[in-house]
Amino acid sequence: MPFRRTGEGDRTSQGVLVLFLLAVLLVFSCLLSLHVGPTGVGLRDLFSYLTGNGDSLTIQERVILEAVRLPRTALGLLIGAGLAVSGAMMQGLFRNPLADPGIVGVTSGAGLAAVCAIVLGGGVLAPIAMVLGNQFLPLMAFFGGLLVTWALYAIATRDGRTSTTALILCGIAIGALAGAFMGLLIVMADDRQLRDITFWSLGSLGGATYGRVLSILPFIVFVMGIIPFVAKGLDALILGDAAAFHMGIPVQRLKKIVIVAVAAACGSTVAVAGSIGFVGIVVPHLLRLAMGPSHRFLLPGSALGGGALLLIADSVARTVAAPAELPIGVITALFGAPVFLFLLIGKNGIGARDLP
Amino acid sequence: MIIADKVTASRSGRKLIDDISIELKPGQFTVVIGPNGAGKSTLMKVLSGEMQPDSGLVSYYGTSVDLCQPADLARRRAVLPQATQLAFPFTALEIARMGAVAHGALNPSEEARKALSRVGLRGFESRPYPSMSGGEQQRVQFARALAQVPQAVVDGVPRALFLDEPTASLDLGHQISVLETARDFASAGGMVLAILHDLNLAAEFADHLVVLHHGRVVAEGACHETVSDDIIASVYGIAGAVGRVPAAHIPYVLPQSRNR
Repeated sequence: MPFRRTGEGDRTSQGVLVLFLLAVLLVFSCLLSLHVGPTGVGLRDLFSYLTGNGDSLTIQERVILEAVRLPRTALGLLIGAGLAVSGAMMQGLFRNPLADPGIVGVTSGAGLAAVCAIVLGGGVLAPIAMVLGNQFLPLMAFFGGLLVTWALYAIATRDGRTSTTALILCGIAIGALAGAFMGLLIVMADDRQLRDITFWSLGSLGGATYGRVLSILPFIVFVMGIIPFVAKGLDALILGDAAAFHMGIPVQRLKKIVIVAVAAACGSTVAVAGSIGFVGIVVPHLLRLAMGPSHRFLLPGSALGGGALLLIADSVARTVAAPAELPIGVITALFGAPVFLFLLIGKNGIGARDLP
Repeated sequence: MIIADKVTASRSGRKLIDDISIELKPGQFTVVIGPNGAGKSTLMKVLSGEMQPDSGLVSYYGTSVDLCQPADLARRRAVLPQATQLAFPFTALEIARMGAVAHGALNPSEEARKALSRVGLRGFESRPYPSMSGGEQQRVQFARALAQVPQAVVDGVPRALFLDEPTASLDLGHQISVLETARDFASAGGMVLAILHDLNLAAEFADHLVVLHHGRVVAEGACHETVSDDIIASVYGIAGAVGRVPAAHIPYVLPQSRNR
């Protein structure tokens, strides 16, 4: 009975309805992502291909669909879902709607490692680059993110308790440090490396292959898989560590799981697509307005909504300047930054009330 | 029965509570009083399992609290904390519902609704918590605690209610109704431990009164044994305040003499 009226103050039915609408939106954005591009694949052909009758497609259309569009759509879906869910989890963990993997430095760490790979890959790190080949950049970014998350946890945790303030301040410090090192590396970089860095730092789904899809799939599946186990705990954690413990939540274990999940989602997405901003902060914000802050619906909703947002943004990125392609980070920032600002300065915005 | 046996807890080299032994008995309303910094909240944290004592033992019906999983403890006792602020706009019902979920309610929304009406917040279910007044927020939190232990005794095992300054930021009427609800919980066979600053309320509601000073129990027992001039003078530094009527031009309110 998904639409059973659950009464005053209980937003369960509202949450179910919004989840349903988001699922519909996600299906449409998948079709959009498969349909649009410099070489259009007709919707009729697309439907017949997806229902198993691909005979009407030309060989060229088939190749575009299978080798270019499908991996790109799958990658966009996974990245969007991962970014939005890791943002929502982090905001719950820190009890702050402005917290985001970008803010606690996970993205910076992954980014610094990626820039290291680009600039030093031909020099000091050449032996490692030779061994890892094409996977050198993604792996470096992933380990950078993991290292920052581990360091954050080690620094901000005393007596088995994580201080939210310490964690956020550490994130700011790590972000600044990463920025400084990145500046040094950029000074050292040659022209070709500079172009690589710029393109990578704006983010792109352009290099989508089945290999990349498979490389981030386990991370995203892990993050999605823990949603049912952390949702209740994250709700309780909003009332504070002590209150969550009083309600039977193993607080320290919950925090560790969530931190690992955030590092996995964020590090792996930065690795394959560069830093794509604002998805992790805008999607959960909009969903809280639509369905309330309960993580029972917010986390699955963020997965669906993040996937849809990124696929729509990527479709726009591919078409507005065709045959050239805009970096997707430009589109998400153009969508995201005004929404974020509106949330911040609006009458009932975050900036209009005091945060504890 | 919840027992603290010779518990000592210190932070940063300072002993917050020192060699305290107390028992919470079923059917008994225990009130802890004492000046600021006496160790009242620390004692409650140690008893609720939130804080580990440096020495001594806290046990729930013979089981050491260290050996209890957080989820087991959550079914045995609920805690009302001091003022809680939220950065996210949960509704009053959603807050109370978390308590019902914690004890494994089959229909948590319905139990949350009942708990809200017990604290006089029927009709406030859809109000966003951050937009409520301090007193209303405190009552929503009380409803959450009640939803976590909706029955004082389950399968013959009494539940406990820990209340840390439950009357802070409440008006007189609600101070009394919150404490009456807690007393009903004790009368039904549950255990209640409340920290109170208002000695009149403490004297009226406590079956067992514990006076803390500098981390130690200085007096314990029925209120006529503990709220005495000597003890109040030595603990609070106010001499001659017990049982006297103030000068004629100062009006005073005696809630304990109200019509029942």
